[in-house]
Amino acid sequence: MEILTWTYILVGLSFALYIGIAIYTRAGSTKEFYTAGGGVSPLANGMATAADWMSAASFISMAGIISFSGYDGSVYLMGWTGGYVLLALLLAPYLRKFGKFTVPDFVGDRYYSNKARVVAVICALFISFTYVAGQMRGVGIVFSRYLEVPIEWGVVIGMCIVFFYAVLGGMKGITYTQVAQYCVLIFAFMVPAIFVSMQLTGNPIPQLGLGSTVADGTYLLDKLDGVLTELGFAAYTEGRKGMVDIFMITLALMVGTAGLPHVIVRFFTVPRVKDARLSAGYALVFIMILYTTAPAVAAFGIYNAIESVNEKPVENLPTWVGTWQKTNLITVDDKNGDGLVQYRADKTVNELTIDKDIMVLASPEIAKLPNWVVGLVAAGAMAAALSTAAGLLLVISTSVSRDLFRTFNPNMSEKKELRIARIAAAGAVVIAGYFGINPPGFVAEVVAFAFGLAAASFFPVIIMGIFSSRINKEGAIAGMISGLVFTLSYIIFFKFISPELNSADNWWFGISPEGIGSVGMFLNFIVCVAVSKMTPAPPQDVQDMIQEIRVPRGAGAAQEH
Amino acid sequence: MPNQDPKMKAYWKKNLQTLFVLLIIWFTVSFGFGILLVEPLNTIQIGGYKLGFWFAQQGSIFAFVILIFIYVVRMNKLDKEFDVNED
Repeated sequence: MEILTWTYILVGLSFALYIGIAIYTRAGSTKEFYTAGGGVSPLANGMATAADWMSAASFISMAGIISFSGYDGSVYLMGWTGGYVLLALLLAPYLRKFGKFTVPDFVGDRYYSNKARVVAVICALFISFTYVAGQMRGVGIVFSRYLEVPIEWGVVIGMCIVFFYAVLGGMKGITYTQVAQYCVLIFAFMVPAIFVSMQLTGNPIPQLGLGSTVADGTYLLDKLDGVLTELGFAAYTEGRKGMVDIFMITLALMVGTAGLPHVIVRFFTVPRVKDARLSAGYALVFIMILYTTAPAVAAFGIYNAIESVNEKPVENLPTWVGTWQKTNLITVDDKNGDGLVQYRADKTVNELTIDKDIMVLASPEIAKLPNWVVGLVAAGAMAAALSTAAGLLLVISTSVSRDLFRTFNPNMSEKKELRIARIAAAGAVVIAGYFGINPPGFVAEVVAFAFGLAAASFFPVIIMGIFSSRINKEGAIAGMISGLVFTLSYIIFFKFISPELNSADNWWFGISPEGIGSVGMFLNFIVCVAVSKMTPAPPQDVQDMIQEIRVPRGAGAAQEH
Repeated sequence: MPNQDPKMKAYWKKNLQTLFVLLIIWFTVSFGFGILLVEPLNTIQIGGYKLGFWFAQQGSIFAFVILIFIYVVRMNKLDKEFDVNED
């Protein structure tokens, strides 16, 4: 069968599955809409968290980024997994015991202040919107490349699907569709990786294949170091960024992960505190499967691409080069007219440019795998984008219905609150879709910064809210605002006001805008403690609540106010 | 009052000790082996991997998973010991 037919069949089947699950599990109450009724098993929640977390960026782009940055790509591998240790040890069990529905809920109650709650809502909305726009864009791109429909139609179809199950099903529908989406995406990621690993190294386990030998008996990584340095690039296993910068970016990504509202809320859905701990562990196991395979896919991809194209005749390139040239993700330009393709670090003589997304999207074709694998990768990429988009839309809708409407209108009926949540979700889908079709140039940039902002705003006040009973509302509000403003200003200055200055020489201590969230986080901590010391301690009932959340026993289902 | 209860104080202290030890390991395998010490470790080659590179791209992730499960087991035991476990 043709690739296109396979893609339609596999993507269509996966969509039918998601919609079926959504209808079967639709939410009837606000509790089900916000936290799936608090009755999700730790294993299912772990799987849903993994799908929620692994976005189009993890599935499509991450391996390719590593292909072209080698060791420097480690910041994503460590940064996007190490945060789960922080989440499991420092946040999830206590927030579960706290037993409300959202992150702003915790901030508002712990800091006994609606002002703090509103600041938290603004942070949550900002982070979630930038992130969700990136996902819709991902959906559109997958549609246009595989199903040959225009990007706009791709985004609209994606919007309809997400709209259907996020708006109808709430957290309950999302949770069980995410479980299905995890299965689809991990299968789609692993199948080509295993095939390629077999072909290249003879070892079916990609994690081991990365450390194995290629056909001529040299180790893959040594070979790659040699090939790349010969072409004028840095060695694959060596760093190019400064160590301080690598350190700060990794830290910002880790802490940002632990502070992302759509990940944190997933831990409200399990019945007990010990389930929250366990389900963070399961989540990381499911994430690990993809994240330890990605560096192997990265190395296989760049090796295969160079071997099959470099110094080969322009007239006789593999068919996948032609296919992907149509989408402009590969360009070949025989500058010196010798009829061969030269891939070089030096831009003036380089004749081949490869987009990072190719490494995953085209891997089945590069390795000459059967057509159904190509369709599978399309369905997997879609699952990754849709599951993350749904989780984010839920955060947006609960932030609006619960943290804004309910706070200022506490006597609202549950039915009305549910209706507002659904309207907010619908509104968010439309706005996200708009940005997916007309991406402001900075969307891709901003997604990376969402982590820095989460690190600099939420993480410190949540941690301090749990581990210190002295931190008060004045400290928390001042801390959040100073962390956020500092980080935003640094990013806006280097990315939008003076992009020409955006280089290591001008950065503070060599810290790039991607890593500045770490500094913002420390600033938040310092301001928070200093201001709290100068102002009165929190009232007794808040101090009692802090003691209460530190002890697991008595975590019932999520409580209404 | 839970905060005046010496038993709860002891529970919280043990919890913090557990966190402290686990977070030191967390820092060591990622920021330590994967970033700060990556160059000296890269002089050691195991199979096809330079050790520092392996920690940065694979080893630290495996270690993170193990850390969380150690935490889960240890806290479940602690909860029982101090009789604050859930049914």
